Amino acid sequence: MAITVNIPTLLARHAGGQRRHVVAGTTVREAIERVTRDYPEFGKRFVEATLPGNEFVTIYLNDEDARFSEGLDTPVTAGDEISIVSAIAGG
Amino acid sequence: MATATLSQAELVRYSRHIILPEVGLGGQQRLKASRVLVVGCGGLGSPVALYLAAAGVGHLGLVDFDEVDASNLQRQILHSTSAIGRSKLDSAEARLLNLNPYVKVERYDTRLVAANALEIITGYDVVVDGTDNFSTRYLVNDACVILGVPNAYGSIYRFEGQASVFATKDGPCYRCLFRQPPPAGAVPNCAEGGVLGVLPGLVGTIQATEAIKLLLGIGRPLIGELLLVDALEMEFRRLKVRKDPECPACGTREIRELTDLDVGCVVPEAPRERDISVLELAGRRRAGRDLFLLDVREPHEWAIGRIEGAELLPLGELIRSLDRVPRDRDVVVYCKGGARSAQAADLLAQAGYSRVENLLGGILAWGAEIDPSLPRY
Repeated sequence: MAITVNIPTLLARHAGGQRRHVVAGTTVREAIERVTRDYPEFGKRFVEATLPGNEFVTIYLNDEDARFSEGLDTPVTAGDEISIVSAIAGG
Repeated sequence: MATATLSQAELVRYSRHIILPEVGLGGQQRLKASRVLVVGCGGLGSPVALYLAAAGVGHLGLVDFDEVDASNLQRQILHSTSAIGRSKLDSAEARLLNLNPYVKVERYDTRLVAANALEIITGYDVVVDGTDNFSTRYLVNDACVILGVPNAYGSIYRFEGQASVFATKDGPCYRCLFRQPPPAGAVPNCAEGGVLGVLPGLVGTIQATEAIKLLLGIGRPLIGELLLVDALEMEFRRLKVRKDPECPACGTREIRELTDLDVGCVVPEAPRERDISVLELAGRRRAGRDLFLLDVREPHEWAIGRIEGAELLPLGELIRSLDRVPRDRDVVVYCKGGARSAQAADLLAQAGYSRVENLLGGILAWGAEIDPSLPRY
């Protein structure tokens, strides 16, 4: 099942410079883990950015915040788009 | 909301608004009676203030404490070459009043902090967040939630932008989306990460549009939605932002007082154990002390100027190139402002370097206090 994982610019440099990754998976977690497996440094940054009390990224499944579904355990189906949205502060 | 009367000259000036049924004479009078606070007169604040002044928003508050720098002009279109070195508020006020003399500009020549935010924001109908750091963004959010003032939010990084409307009566706030600010150094600012000059134009005009819609009560403002702008792909996406019942600002309301945060890309002001001042470094160099001066900026920054005797090794390459950094000498690391070099010093310490120090304030401080011939950028 082809799932798209969109990574913010901020983290993409740790994921081969690619902001869009097409992977397989049945949950949000599985899909993201496919990317973290290929890019361990991205995985490390992702874990840091999602630690409880330190969440400066929000994970979306299509246009919905995954926290309001089942979080990382939310099931995904072919064609779904996961977006990791990072806080940015430039002005 | 109150309205104000318009003179003959104003009726002509705003005629393209007034013929819009959604605005009309009543709407234009309402804009004249409105008060909008623009926090930050930089990349985002520039188009916001220009368009709001042009649109006839009667009272514009501007918050900034900075001076116009040559490196601002690539995107901060409020300011001109002739304003370099002047205060941004002086420059902005002159430009806005020249554009529309019927607007009143109120200046707040200060950094927005916990001690003054509520007082400054009170009485405004809408706040536009055009700040450039997380500390102020969280402060603006929390103050707007406490006071019930809508926040037309926008932020930018490289080629990406975000916009939304937070802190309306029933809508979510910034903390519903990002509960906590990132740890210091995790997210670079525009100075360190770069930004496409027109990007704040794209995002700022969206903020100005939302502010005007909120003031007029027309259309569907970006409440409960986050607009993502990707300038490289020219893609605009809308994501839903739900009001989080657990949000400490607008949900549980446990944030009742403001606090100043020291987060994001802000260079730590308090000296740390590994910090060295530019005066101390200059003294050691004069005394002929042996040291390895490591510049962790990018090559294009190196080309602008460098501290004599330094070696370039960009932060991103440091870990792969440790063999270029001697273990048996004192190492002093510098960057532009001290944030990247602090990270580099930490990395080196973790890699077992025991004699490593970080130059506080970076090459900017060196240029200001030791070598004025170095160009600022």
